[in-house]
Amino acid sequence: MGKTISEKIFSEKADNDVKAGEIVIARVDFVFGTDTNTSASIEHFEKLGRDKVFDNSKIAFTFDHLSPSPTSSAANIHNEIKKFVGKYNLKLFADGEGICHQLIPESGYIVPGDLVVGTDSHTVTHGALNAFCTGFGSSDTAIVMALGKSWFQVPETIRVNVNGKLNNMTESKDIILYLISKVGTDGAIYKTFEFGGDGIFDLEIEERMTISNMSVEAGAKAGIMEGDNKLIDWIKKRSSRKFELIFPDNNARYLDIININVDELEPLIALPHSPGNVDKVKNVKGIKVDQVMIGYCTNGRMVDFRRAARILKGKHIHPNVRLIIAPTSRNIYKQMIKEGLAEIFIDSGAIITSPGCGACAGYHSGVLGDGEVALSTTNRNFIGRMGNNKAKIYLSSTVTAAASAITGVITDPRDLKEE
Amino acid sequence: MKFEGISHKFGDDINTDYIIAAKRKAQTTNLSDLVPYIMEDVSPGFYNKIKKGDIIVAGKNFGCGSSREHAPYLLKAAGISVIVASSFARIFYRNAINIGLPIVECDTENFDEGDLLSIDLEKGYITNKSKDIILKINPLPKIMRDILSEGGVLIYLKNHSTFEI
Repeated sequence: MGKTISEKIFSEKADNDVKAGEIVIARVDFVFGTDTNTSASIEHFEKLGRDKVFDNSKIAFTFDHLSPSPTSSAANIHNEIKKFVGKYNLKLFADGEGICHQLIPESGYIVPGDLVVGTDSHTVTHGALNAFCTGFGSSDTAIVMALGKSWFQVPETIRVNVNGKLNNMTESKDIILYLISKVGTDGAIYKTFEFGGDGIFDLEIEERMTISNMSVEAGAKAGIMEGDNKLIDWIKKRSSRKFELIFPDNNARYLDIININVDELEPLIALPHSPGNVDKVKNVKGIKVDQVMIGYCTNGRMVDFRRAARILKGKHIHPNVRLIIAPTSRNIYKQMIKEGLAEIFIDSGAIITSPGCGACAGYHSGVLGDGEVALSTTNRNFIGRMGNNKAKIYLSSTVTAAASAITGVITDPRDLKEE
Repeated sequence: MKFEGISHKFGDDINTDYIIAAKRKAQTTNLSDLVPYIMEDVSPGFYNKIKKGDIIVAGKNFGCGSSREHAPYLLKAAGISVIVASSFARIFYRNAINIGLPIVECDTENFDEGDLLSIDLEKGYITNKSKDIILKINPLPKIMRDILSEGGVLIYLKNHSTFEI
């Protein structure tokens, strides 16, 4: 019997021929921690009583959720992390540099075939690089920092074949919203999504990350993608490490196979209060929105901002709407300025925030008011997610969000006349 | 390990934002300060209803969403002895065992708020004494049983120096 991509990576990292269902001890290639969950990891690490980390070149921390600090406690958390980073000579992406799910891949820390863990459930984002990447809690992360390995159950795989071509009003966000609605929010618990097909290869790497990012909203342990020349070029620009793409065997065993034809896909939207509560935008248009958010770790990359700018250029947002633009990294922010997109956004009435998680999880820079409605390109719309349990959150693509910011109501982007 | 307690019933997809809102994590560096805020957005006042040893019963996908270990830690600190659900999100599943909070996977459809539950983890069954129902529990993998029986993953690691499978 052949192997899935996940089985191949775990076989390599466990130095053993393993298959789905087996429990293995596997070497981890890279481990990272975000500011919100790292204090606990540091405390746990100290409790382990080890005087060194397994490899200081394979560990990084990011100040992203709480940056710039919204409270004095958050600033204290940052200072604790800085002490630890100094003590063990580790990599820190400090205030304003961006979100881990862009910084780690764009800095060349991950190559195809890697096994990566991070203290954030959206670590699955990095699966777009043909690597097995998954979220860990603080204790598990502390142990990986000490040992460079952990125990894993090799997951079963759901194969997702994506075929066809998106149009200029649909995005990779619509593909993943469709998939979550099809399998449900628990449809992939303990399992891997393995993506392939010409519909994936047609996408830019940044667009692929959006799909992998939200795989966890269906419960998936990883959202791993096949690679291609586009990926090889992308990685080579950022990393000097040697690597080979990992493909599944032709006779790999899958728990299920899902085929998605994106030719027929229409703009989709997740309604309150679940990413699995998906409908077509055209069925819910007209709902008044108070805040529109474009960016963050799901949709905050150049490909997203170019699309949003196409819609917003020369227009002004509705007077009752706050539009918040959050680039995923400082490099993206700079590129946005260089290409003139920042000016388009500012002229349209948008607020550009520093790269980071901000309002996505209700920390700061866009916390919602009672009864307010947000339309966001982020990944979660749980009750209270944006800091107020009396608010409602809808999730969509960037073009749907940008179109709605102009009209002040949820708008099918196909209804907007482009200049 | 045996447990007996009164059930607090929740539905499907109880995510870790519901268990403890992200915004709370920015408000203190002392985790125990957050115990009173558990479930505040979906069950206001929940903390005050808990008696030590009580059991949470939920539907599918309990603990989905964020990877925050605060979630199982705070439930345990509030006095919850076991969480019973028809399924768990995988990060929560690992986190709960790692911090020494037992979790039980079984069909919870016929369990209601206030039922008296008795759980025997070694023998692998759960009894709903209020409804006279006995159900088998899906067994944990051996490594998780070991971690749980030794009191959590940090103690396990001290005892073994590495994982043993």
